[in-house]
Amino acid sequence: MTSLSLDGLRREYGATVAVDRVDLEMQQGELVALLGPSGCGKTTTLRMVAGFVAPTSGRVVIGGRDVTAAPPYARDTGMVFQGYALFPHMSVAENVGFGLEMRRVPRAERGARIAEALRLVRLEGLAERRPAQLSGGQQQRVALARALVVNPAVFLLDEPLSNLDARLRAEVRVEIRALQQRLGLTTLFVTHDQEEALTMADRLVVMQGGRVRQTGTPEEVYERPADLFVAGFIGSCNILRGVVEAPGAFRAGAMALPCAGGAPGERAALVVRPERIAIGPEGRLPGRIDLVTYLGGTTEWHVTTDAGALRVSQKTPDAADPRRLLRRGDGVMLDWRPEAGRLLSDSNEGEQA
Amino acid sequence: MGVWRAILWRGGVGAVFAVVLLPLVAVVWLSFFNQEIIAFPPEGYTWRWYANAWSQRQFASGFLNSLEIALIAASIGVTVGTAAAYALVRARFPGKTAIAGLLLGPLAIPGVVLGTGLYVFFVQIDNAIDFQIVATLPGLIAAHVLLTIPWTVRLVAASLQGLHPAAEEAAANLGARPWTVFRRVTLPMMRAGVVAGALFSFIQSFENLELTLLLTGPGRSTLPVEMLNYLEFRVDPTLAAVATVQIVLIGALMLITDRFVNISRVVA
Repeated sequence: MTSLSLDGLRREYGATVAVDRVDLEMQQGELVALLGPSGCGKTTTLRMVAGFVAPTSGRVVIGGRDVTAAPPYARDTGMVFQGYALFPHMSVAENVGFGLEMRRVPRAERGARIAEALRLVRLEGLAERRPAQLSGGQQQRVALARALVVNPAVFLLDEPLSNLDARLRAEVRVEIRALQQRLGLTTLFVTHDQEEALTMADRLVVMQGGRVRQTGTPEEVYERPADLFVAGFIGSCNILRGVVEAPGAFRAGAMALPCAGGAPGERAALVVRPERIAIGPEGRLPGRIDLVTYLGGTTEWHVTTDAGALRVSQKTPDAADPRRLLRRGDGVMLDWRPEAGRLLSDSNEGEQA
Repeated sequence: MGVWRAILWRGGVGAVFAVVLLPLVAVVWLSFFNQEIIAFPPEGYTWRWYANAWSQRQFASGFLNSLEIALIAASIGVTVGTAAAYALVRARFPGKTAIAGLLLGPLAIPGVVLGTGLYVFFVQIDNAIDFQIVATLPGLIAAHVLLTIPWTVRLVAASLQGLHPAAEEAAANLGARPWTVFRRVTLPMMRAGVVAGALFSFIQSFENLELTLLLTGPGRSTLPVEMLNYLEFRVDPTLAAVATVQIVLIGALMLITDRFVNISRVVA
């Protein structure tokens, strides 16, 4: 069943187009992350769903009802704001109960539902506190409870983790995802953090310059990026520019490199993830080590080759492995499977990620 | 070096406080002098000026008139001023800067000029449509409302500017209609600004002399006007006694208000 559908959503501010032709169909219980750098239109898109921004054209349909023209209070969405936006003059219980009160839920039932929502976010003992008396993480959970308690058709999260410190962020990420799956909440989530998006979302919508660059599962987007922007924004990648010589052969500088498919004569960019490159005494591409970075579980080698500079990332080899002894200035050979080299049309957009 | 700077700093702050408080202290002190012509050092101390002030019934009636006018003017001014401040901070419309300037205007115009202007204006209206405003209570209150609006607009706008609209959006998102959002979220959050605006408006109106002098009618004098009248004939410390009572009342009002909302936070 479709819970939310965005149909050709577009928003202009004067001559600027903030959001253009955004289409999205969300199934019941799905978590979709709108991902992109700041200014890519992801927040504007979310605010159009909530009703705070009116689309210039296009439609927002929630639960089969066209709400494009409906004011925010008449849409069945529950939003968690970036700064939480709790009501400072109300207690935690009053904050959480506000939506129920607006829906004219009888007082007795309200009390039970507030208690249940606070239990879900593990804030049972704090119902009478004021927001100012809570830590950032607790405020965040009040904001979650306040949006959850009204059982919204669509749950909207606007960078909900950005105000938390790194450790808490990882914890809350798991918590939100568990809650979302348990309650089967259809959730649209805005973030600029690719790790957050990859770990939490069923599907990603990667946006840039107001446009959707790619929509897909985390695996699809990471393994088969649609363009150089997506490849550079999700994870890190090596980009080599050159020409396709023959299907499966890519020429960059003086080197012929393995790649997947391609039409001969085409100018293209070859994208290879650092962890897909093998490093050792054997291989097709000779190079010289510029820098070795030991990161504990993984090690990175920066290698200069005739095709360009490449970054290689592998599980840190065993102590007995000769690769452990590689130092700056050593010669090595690099190689990768043809399917790990993805050809994308050449443009400069990957550079900015 | 550090010690000298600290001493200098404290001395400077002390001097500023002294300049502000000394006149108040002097007025209170004078009110107890046991002599008609004020001279230093005092011949002795007495409560009799307070008794005299009490026996002069014009002060009591002037006080009640001032209270009535100030309460009504402040209520109207706070309502209108709060709405105006909300529109100025939250809405976007052409001519906003001009309107903001206009609303704060009365602060910049000397009271005598404002009073004269209003007097002439009211007389013109009277001549044109034969509707008397000069020397009527509504006319006087209307003039006082002009004094109360700038204070409310300033203080409420200041407290609104510090509020992120996200809380209002959150309320709307939870199903609250615009009026409910204003009543349940916006208003409570800017309460300190509204209360401070009301307090300052009240004081402005209560102690106003110039406008009232020009616009009031016979038999409806306010306390400052009565004080001026008394001064025309006598200069004994009775006025200091009246002023002391006024200082105590307004001081108490501020302290009580500050207990409920933190005004100093808004004003500072």
